[in-house]
Amino acid sequence: MKKTENEENEGLLVRRIKNGTVIDHIDGGEALNVVKILGITGTTQEALSIATNVPSRNMGCKDIVKLTNRELSKEEVDRIALISPRATINIIRNFKVCEKKGVEIPALIVGLVRCPNPGCISNTNEPIQSKFEVLPKGLHCFYCSWVITKDLTSYII
Amino acid sequence: MRHIISIGDFNRKEIDALLDHARQIDQRKYDKNVLYGKILATLFFEPSTRTRMSFESAMARLGGTSLSVGSVEACSIAKGETLADTIRVVSGYADAIVIRHPKEGAARLAAEFAAVPVINAGDGAGQHPSQTLLDLYTIRQSMPIDKIDVALIGDLRYGRTAHSLALALSLYNARLHTISPKGLELPATLAAELSERGMEIVEHDDINEVICDLDVLYVTRIQRERFPDTASYFNVASSYRITPELLVGAKKHLIILHPLPRVDEIDPRVDELPYARYFEQSRNGIPVRMAMLMRVMQ
Repeated sequence: MKKTENEENEGLLVRRIKNGTVIDHIDGGEALNVVKILGITGTTQEALSIATNVPSRNMGCKDIVKLTNRELSKEEVDRIALISPRATINIIRNFKVCEKKGVEIPALIVGLVRCPNPGCISNTNEPIQSKFEVLPKGLHCFYCSWVITKDLTSYII
Repeated sequence: MRHIISIGDFNRKEIDALLDHARQIDQRKYDKNVLYGKILATLFFEPSTRTRMSFESAMARLGGTSLSVGSVEACSIAKGETLADTIRVVSGYADAIVIRHPKEGAARLAAEFAAVPVINAGDGAGQHPSQTLLDLYTIRQSMPIDKIDVALIGDLRYGRTAHSLALALSLYNARLHTISPKGLELPATLAAELSERGMEIVEHDDINEVICDLDVLYVTRIQRERFPDTASYFNVASSYRITPELLVGAKKHLIILHPLPRVDEIDPRVDELPYARYFEQSRNGIPVRMAMLMRVMQ
């Protein structure tokens, strides 16, 4: 049987994982930002594989992120929709895809993005997290009403 | 619980209802003891004369009393307490809080932590809804607000009164004219929001271009500290000064408003002209703030 495009790519670039999460169809070049959004840093314990600019018939090129032994929650994966709305999430258990879902842009983003307005109260030592409403025109700061319309990734905390 | 944080939280019907109520109060149709036994806390982390005094006066006229913290240096903020903690504590002492703070969004934060209603009396370059309501009230004393031509002149970047007023006027299909020094223009995000709301905004380099078409001229102070030196400040400030000579040819019903304090931007000779309404505007702060206090505490 002919291998699918995904299988070919994954076979070449990254091994299958036994348990964890595979984030597929990430917009080309956005994988590192996806990892940043998920809060995965050099000190995180999970094994992480990243494939960038993988040829894709539908997308031209795409990125893939594989995270072992961690199943991402819906809230976590929905944050990815801000930068890569076509991403798909596969939850893997014992090498099998147990859940497959798309991402949905959340209505409210809490604690993920820093307000670019230096005069905003959310950029002080107050015991609050930044809070943005997701509007068609961009991300609207709940506190100072600043609207982020571009370069969103540069404001990710 | 009802807070008053931003004029953007109001729809036109709510604004009109509040202004109608203020008019009734102005006509002395109100219960002088309606807030008897209630306490208002005024937390001003920035200097204020008119706003603070008029809120305290409004509270007294409704039978209530006010508490304040004196200067910021004398309060717990100076010891490093967060605003959130201050608000939680003051919530236990008063039935409503009026706050002015240098950070944008501070009143919104206060509303999150307060157990009593919060009224925003100015947050940085953000919002100043009570000023806007009294501005609208003053305009309405002279003309219907619908479809009027309003010019905002001065510091439109940092001037929160101008931001709040522009947002409110967008509900009344007003046409907005802006005249400001380079670098002190209306913030792009606000201009975009106003356009989205269907407001026509016309930028002018010179007030003379538009003075004859205006129904309302709203003057704001150009702050000296925004300029690198005194000479460049005077150079800019003098070209934005309102004088009797400038007003030759203005519409008869033109009104000139200013949130005060005024420094050099309006020639004192203008005070004697029928256009000048800024002192009346300041006085209107009392009935409008009485209506606001009743709205949040009743």
